[in-house]
Amino acid sequence: MRSPRSLVGGSPAAAHEITFDGRELPALPGQSIAAVLWGAGILAWRTTREGGAPRGAFCGIGSCYDCLVTVNGRPNQRACLVPARPGDSVTTQEGTGRADLAV
Amino acid sequence: MPTSPSEPLAPAAGGLVDLAVVGAGPAGLAAAVTAARLGLRVALLDAGDRPGGQFYRHPAPGLGAARPEALHHGWAAFATREAALRAHESAGRITYLPLHHVWAVVPAGPTGTTGPTGTRPGEAGPATEWILHAVAGHAPEEEAAAVTARAVLIATGAYERQLPFPGWTLPGVVGAGGAQAMLKSGLVLPGRRVLVAGSGPLLLAVAGSLAAAGATVPAVVEAAAYTAYAGQVPALLRNPGKLVEAAGYGGALARHHVRLLTRHAVTEAHGTDRVEAVTVARLDRDWRPLPGTARRIPCDALAVGHGLVPQLELATGLGCETRPSPDGTVALVLDAEQRTSVPGIWSAGETGGIGGAQLAMAEGELAAHSVAGAPPGARLVRRRARLRAFADAMAAAHRPGEGWTGWLRDDAVVCRCEEVPAGRIREAADDLGARDARTVKLLTRAGMGWCQGRMCGPAVAALAGEEPAPDRRPLSCPVPLRHLAELPPATH
Repeated sequence: MRSPRSLVGGSPAAAHEITFDGRELPALPGQSIAAVLWGAGILAWRTTREGGAPRGAFCGIGSCYDCLVTVNGRPNQRACLVPARPGDSVTTQEGTGRADLAV
Repeated sequence: MPTSPSEPLAPAAGGLVDLAVVGAGPAGLAAAVTAARLGLRVALLDAGDRPGGQFYRHPAPGLGAARPEALHHGWAAFATREAALRAHESAGRITYLPLHHVWAVVPAGPTGTTGPTGTRPGEAGPATEWILHAVAGHAPEEEAAAVTARAVLIATGAYERQLPFPGWTLPGVVGAGGAQAMLKSGLVLPGRRVLVAGSGPLLLAVAGSLAAAGATVPAVVEAAAYTAYAGQVPALLRNPGKLVEAAGYGGALARHHVRLLTRHAVTEAHGTDRVEAVTVARLDRDWRPLPGTARRIPCDALAVGHGLVPQLELATGLGCETRPSPDGTVALVLDAEQRTSVPGIWSAGETGGIGGAQLAMAEGELAAHSVAGAPPGARLVRRRARLRAFADAMAAAHRPGEGWTGWLRDDAVVCRCEEVPAGRIREAADDLGARDARTVKLLTRAGMGWCQGRMCGPAVAALAGEEPAPDRRPLSCPVPLRHLAELPPATH
């Protein structure tokens, strides 16, 4: 069974965990938040401001801003660039992620 | 490490470097180590956390990949330069600044000005020093940083060109380069059955990587006809290495049973919460979908892209001249020594026209020789000319045909950030008289969102009936307001 791991060989340092909307996900050291989510089969972690449509990683290199997500309560983090740190709490970002500012 | 912006970083004793290189991809890395070898003091600033840029993107050490080269072509060329970088860093000749995203380069020094040509009316001569402003580190701990240099090399590379289609915002539809980047750095796939589509040689590499990593790739859907290469025989014959590389990709696709469909395009992606299938149609010579040729191919991910777009905002912000490229993008005007039109600013790699990693490394080395005032040697000059000829041939073959907007239904989102459908952009162009992307933006908000038109720019230009205009973005990445507030008045 071919896999990314079988292609590059070796083995990772000790895995850790993050949570996504309260669900625990395994994370490998050095993976971005987007990579951890893809690894768990999750492709969407934001809804758009206008249409409420689901979005996730698109360009993978920090150019498109589609993968914005809330990390430890801070919205608008680019999931493809931010490294997942042990215990990070990642939550789906609704729109601007600033509902707390709504008037 | 980073200091406050009013006290530019002191990478070496004296605080001023001979050369600041922006970008540690193939071009910037080659330039930095060559310049250091030629005796210059160099600062190498890069947005990523490891050198290599997008082409040589590789897993973090913690992922423990024993064979990172399995995901790459020409890994040895990177490995030797990375080793040289570490050696020069230890010796204090290069200050390597990872996680430093340069958001602006401004003239400074005795005759520093803010004019587009580097000179102020009544002032003699161009700027003698440059300040590079960067955001360093990850949120929420990001810091302001600045570097002062006598010369600057802009090696900011490229991002992927997208031509929208209905359904391209569905989860599971990702950039072809995006899928490659996520695999190279995170060892993950977007799905199990991944269709690869768009145009350009990158698609073959992406399909090969995805298949080697365990994905089923039902097809590579290429909009251009490879017969377009036939008119470029001289450039092809001068580059036998490129033909061997192409044959290697072909062999990999055959081994993994990947079908290659040329003159076809994905005209729609289907699904509710994620992509479940795509419609593929045959195209005419101008890339118009041919009626009656549509068929549905099931997949759980789609990796799509139409080549690359040079990333120019730092250069255009300095007033560097641009030119149209044969692939329909905009590139910098550069002389034989990689000088831009602004004295003191050099550029190398994709910014001068998309041409791949080998060309980028050759150009980086040429630029370093020029900055150091050392003759580059005839071999390097010939190599650059040969690879540039090949790049131009490829660019012409994969230039999008004008008919591609035929698959863009009015309800299809064009601007992903601001959720602007094609119909609104057509209305701005056809009914309200918008003739360029800027006017379309004012009328529809397309291109006004987070990505600042990087994703929708080519499509908006096409719908407005203009050739793509050069990038203009005052800040090349999000900058915390406190960083701007802390800037000393002289640099405003």
